[in-house]
Amino acid sequence: MTDDTGVLLAVRSLRVAFDLEGDSHVGVADVSFEVGAGEILAIVGESGSGKSVASMAVLGLLPENASVEGAIEFEGRDILGLSAGELRGIRGSGIAMIFQDPVAALNPVFTVGFQIVEAVRAQNGGLPKAQARRRAVELLELVGIPDAERRLDSYPHQLSGGQCQRVMIAMALAGEPRLLIADEPTTALDVTVQAEILDVLRSLRDRVGLSILMITHDMGVVADIADRVVVMKEGNVVERGNVAEIFTRPQAEYTHRLLSAVPRFGGRDDATHAESTEATLSVRSLVVEYGGRLRGLVRAVDDVSLSVAPGEILGVVGESGSGKTTIGRAVIGLAPVTAGTIEVCGVDLATRDRVARQRMRRRVGVVFQNPATSLNPRFSVAETVSEPLRMIARLRGSELSDRTDALLASVGLDGRWRERYSHELSGGQRQRVAIARAVALDPDLLIADEPTSALDVSVQARVLDVFRELQERLGFACVFISHDLAVVDSLCDSVAVMHRGRVVEQGSRARVLFDPAEEYTRRLIASAPVPDPAEQRLRREARRAV
Amino acid sequence: MRPALALLQRILGFVIVFFGVTFVIYFAVFSLPGDPIRALAGDRAIPQGVIDALHAQYRLDQPLWQQYSAYIGGLFHGDFGIDFRGRPVGEQMLARWPVTIALALTAWGIEVVLGVAIGVISALRKGTVIDKSLLALTVLASCIPVFVLGAVAQLVFGVSLGWLPVAGVSDGWPISYILPAAVIAVFGLAAVSRLVRSSVIESLGSDYVRTARAKGLGEPRVVGVHVMRNSLIPASTFLATDLGYLLGGTVIIEGIFNLPGVGNLLFSAIRSHEGATVVGVSTALILIFLITTIVVDALHAVLDPRSRLG
Repeated sequence: MTDDTGVLLAVRSLRVAFDLEGDSHVGVADVSFEVGAGEILAIVGESGSGKSVASMAVLGLLPENASVEGAIEFEGRDILGLSAGELRGIRGSGIAMIFQDPVAALNPVFTVGFQIVEAVRAQNGGLPKAQARRRAVELLELVGIPDAERRLDSYPHQLSGGQCQRVMIAMALAGEPRLLIADEPTTALDVTVQAEILDVLRSLRDRVGLSILMITHDMGVVADIADRVVVMKEGNVVERGNVAEIFTRPQAEYTHRLLSAVPRFGGRDDATHAESTEATLSVRSLVVEYGGRLRGLVRAVDDVSLSVAPGEILGVVGESGSGKTTIGRAVIGLAPVTAGTIEVCGVDLATRDRVARQRMRRRVGVVFQNPATSLNPRFSVAETVSEPLRMIARLRGSELSDRTDALLASVGLDGRWRERYSHELSGGQRQRVAIARAVALDPDLLIADEPTSALDVSVQARVLDVFRELQERLGFACVFISHDLAVVDSLCDSVAVMHRGRVVEQGSRARVLFDPAEEYTRRLIASAPVPDPAEQRLRREARRAV
Repeated sequence: MRPALALLQRILGFVIVFFGVTFVIYFAVFSLPGDPIRALAGDRAIPQGVIDALHAQYRLDQPLWQQYSAYIGGLFHGDFGIDFRGRPVGEQMLARWPVTIALALTAWGIEVVLGVAIGVISALRKGTVIDKSLLALTVLASCIPVFVLGAVAQLVFGVSLGWLPVAGVSDGWPISYILPAAVIAVFGLAAVSRLVRSSVIESLGSDYVRTARAKGLGEPRVVGVHVMRNSLIPASTFLATDLGYLLGGTVIIEGIFNLPGVGNLLFSAIRSHEGATVVGVSTALILIFLITTIVVDALHAVLDPRSRLG
């Protein structure tokens, strides 16, 4: 795969500091790495490790308050010493870049064609428009966009996230760069789309010898595509090596932790649940439609039936737009139910009895995906957690504060955190507060909508531990909505797979995930990368066969 | 089918607004205390026969809703009615509108050019002395009442320096219009430049600008094409609505600079209880507002592909 024909990019003793109103904040402390010709190097680390900052420094795209020291050599030239004009000459034609959120990275008011043609002409000065347009069609075909000619006239919002990322790659290739920097290129995408984008990148390396510097936090992606790996933590490199070594014999303690935090498929038996006569949640033939008279109706959930027994955790998996979140919202009364019934502990959600409905709602807790926006920024941690206790359980005084402390302790937050506000907490701590709030009233049912998707893997592992422990102690039933099959595998008792508003398959976890009956489920499972390069290669081949 | 339905809904909304607002104005003017016919005669006594005849001629003897429907009926035939001196309101407006339109468009042009320029410059120089002083200057200028600013402008540029005429339209466009237009433009300048500044700053920090830089585009192209096109979307909505305000808000400035525009007409009509003229001018203004709203929506669809229906 890699031969040592030469070093394309060499970063030596890179240090990046940001000036924040007089205070110097170090983003990258001391980082060195090299990318060889035709090589895929992955920089792995959690958020705040400085991996994105290091990659931005290569193209000189850091904000103005950043100061960069060290050396960045591209094809033997020191980039840091270049003038703005010389640097522009390297951007696009020597080094190109794609980003995490492909929809935001494209200008919303120009057509895709305009933006690619612009990139083509920026690199080949005098190329006539018609020729540049032909080149744009070639580029789109190269990255596997069907009907490329017509797609040129589409606006970014008319394309899916995966298509936008393909457009970004096409645009990056316009100047025939030797190096592509890919900053979390698949983080915002579904697993099946992620697998396709990684295929595109891999084939570009194989066909045109493109070197790729891949920034990612996902060990599965690393195992899938990288030749060599650099592990970063808090602005420093903690380990480097080829991909097989990193996964089989990680040297640094941090790499170990990172790897063990990744949830893995398999290795757990089905827990047996006592068959119970009454389900905690029973959804029958649910239909949810959105839209109005003008836009036409969109059927988000189409004839879905689910049932969750007391103490059972049901994983609802699917890609974005599959309707999994809508089901959760319908159960807590936040989505319009067009048809079908939802019963919680035997009480119909649509009951006309207001008191019964309210009482039923109290027995359902919710944890949302983004803890940064689902916590009130003006409430302290204690206020957040105690609000349901005060308003609904009507606790006061020492009883209230004791119960609040107990709840915070149960999610691993001690008294020091009581008076903190949401912005003073890390993502994982915020989500723990959100979980404490959700279980404050000892609910019978918890709806958890992608509770760990916004978190780093190691943080996710801790939050999932807290969650599992609480569930075992309190015994609530749970609908766990997730796109991450490995998380669902590690946590859930049963699984429902959703596709385009319908449940295509449901059953016990082991049955659905390891002996799937449906084609779609198989594709979903095959697309989820596993943190093992050898196994990932086999899975990739298996996926091509599907 | 769906866009057609949306258009229909929008037109229906306009019809309701149109009838609602004209009726309110009509009602307000014609329910003013005092008989306009008697007021016309001042202190002199007029024979009852004359009063009755005039009442009948102006439908003042009919109930309000009949008067209103007759008025609206006339409106659809392009007839704005006749004032109490026997002059057709339509003709009077026709003579006055060009002055007001020229004034408002000139003011608008100044506002657009200066506002966008100031906004872009201060955004690109964010946090510097230039940014802060431009901001302070526009706010200060818009704090001064129009009549003060107008009088000062007349004194400085008209009397002391003698560069521009003090009042009147005898020098034609643009000489006679520059000074009054600049004075009303100053008023909206602070809002426009702030709006442009903040949207340019937002756009400069966006992912697509980073992409534009990453693909090797020069800074003039990044700012001139990628940033500008996006930042002008919010500004254009504001500017288009502002044109409506400028057309309707020239009363004071036309008074100060003695311009024979619609604002002047409205002012004297209110003073002399000329109901037909007041309602006529107001109705025309309402139509202008409604048309600007449609233009704003259309403009928005042109500038922002995401807002296009379907």
